[in-house]
Amino acid sequence: MWRNRGMGIASITSISAVLMILGVVLILVLSINNAVLDTKLKFDEIEVFLVDDLPNQSMDRIEEAVKEHPGVLSIIFRSKEQALEIMKEEWADEAYLLDGLETNPLPDSYIIKVNDIEYADGLVNDVKTLDGVEEVKYYKDVIDKLLIFAGYIQFGGILIIGILVFISVFIISNTIKITVSSRRREINIMKYVGATNGYIRGPFIMEGIFLGIIGALISIVIVYFGYQYFYKSMNEKLYDLFTFYLVDPKLIFTDLAIMFGTIGAGIGALGSLVSLKRFLNV
Amino acid sequence: MIKLVNISKEYRNGVTALYDINMEIQKGEFVFLVGSSGAGKSTLIKLLLKEEGITRGRMYLDGADITRVPNRRIPYIRRKVGVVFQDFRLLPNKTVYENVAFAMEIIGARPREIRRRVPLILSMVDLSRKASSFPDQLSGGEQQRVSIARSIVNNPPVLIADEPTGNLDPDTADEIMKVLVDINNRGTTIVMATHARDIVNKMKKRVIALEDGRLVRDEEKGGYSIEIPNI
Repeated sequence: MWRNRGMGIASITSISAVLMILGVVLILVLSINNAVLDTKLKFDEIEVFLVDDLPNQSMDRIEEAVKEHPGVLSIIFRSKEQALEIMKEEWADEAYLLDGLETNPLPDSYIIKVNDIEYADGLVNDVKTLDGVEEVKYYKDVIDKLLIFAGYIQFGGILIIGILVFISVFIISNTIKITVSSRRREINIMKYVGATNGYIRGPFIMEGIFLGIIGALISIVIVYFGYQYFYKSMNEKLYDLFTFYLVDPKLIFTDLAIMFGTIGAGIGALGSLVSLKRFLNV
Repeated sequence: MIKLVNISKEYRNGVTALYDINMEIQKGEFVFLVGSSGAGKSTLIKLLLKEEGITRGRMYLDGADITRVPNRRIPYIRRKVGVVFQDFRLLPNKTVYENVAFAMEIIGARPREIRRRVPLILSMVDLSRKASSFPDQLSGGEQQRVSIARSIVNNPPVLIADEPTGNLDPDTADEIMKVLVDINNRGTTIVMATHARDIVNKMKKRVIALEDGRLVRDEEKGGYSIEIPNI
């Protein structure tokens, strides 16, 4: 098996590369999904900003209209003063900047919570048309953007992985081809004596799978420890910047290992089959 | 045992190797297949071994129509047709015993059956003493006997020999012929393609002659070529 060591190493390297990129794409997609879920939980509220000095009747009308809408969990009035307080809290260290304001620029608002973000679109459209509503804000936009981003990453990842799988299969098939030709005589005799194709293929497919599994082992070690390192050093920083957490490496290790093993073995087996096809159809 | 009905073979490059061949070989027969190079002997053997597909006609083996069989069935047909080649085709890194046992392992025989049968076959071809030798330690005749042993160890009803004496001197060739006749006497049908005029003439067996892809002669107790009798 180690007669063609160079090719063997090339095969293992190419499988490792495929799986490592797969791992990176996977973690990216998972993290983005995580972020989407987070965002959904955090921003299931809709802010309705009101025009200044709205008469009470109008406010009541808005409140009624919102309450009648399906999926509404709660509606809370937030005065401009309360809004400023909340802002000061959020700004914390920089809150002194707000002290310089002569008048409060923030509007009164309603904070609406919905059961499910799915209801938000309809609600927002309805509320927008009501008298006295200045602006409606909610975070579906953010989620949509994240989802589109995740889609791009998924698509790009699949494309790159597809190309790399193809290359790996090609490299493996060449590796196996060398072994096959060195055993051509034996295969030839096997055929004349009536060995089934499965019997002849067996050892070569095992070799392919073996190369694939080794590649998978290498890549899982690199991806797992690499990601763990990244996670430890970056998770808090990322949360501060983008308010979402990465996927915990421990949670995905088993799935990743199973997936890598299967794909590695699959590429190996496929590579062998490709190279054997030509030799066996006699 | 073997029946060919209107068999034609045209290769993909357009060359027609066999035209409308008809023959029937009975169980236990010994048949010589003669003809000059390019007459179609090799093609005919390839058809019998299911190495090449048949263009037209029908072929039967042991009563079964094997004109067209799916690829996965071909190994099972080959188990019924042993084959011996001019160049022996032994595995150089295996001993005589292992070379013969290999053929049984491939078809999934039990180890006990292999241990019982291989020595039996080796004694049949008179190689018991050489069981642990490697092919390159043997003479040509001995190597061919190993090859014959391998081809019959799984007890195929038909043995095809493609110029089995082609690489051997006349005395050794006679020795091989004795082994083949012995196998034939035990009931195995033998088809032997050959250029060895002396052997064919001496054996007085059925002779099928091919010429330019056509069957030109099928003669019981024939000679290598049609000879004008001496006066």
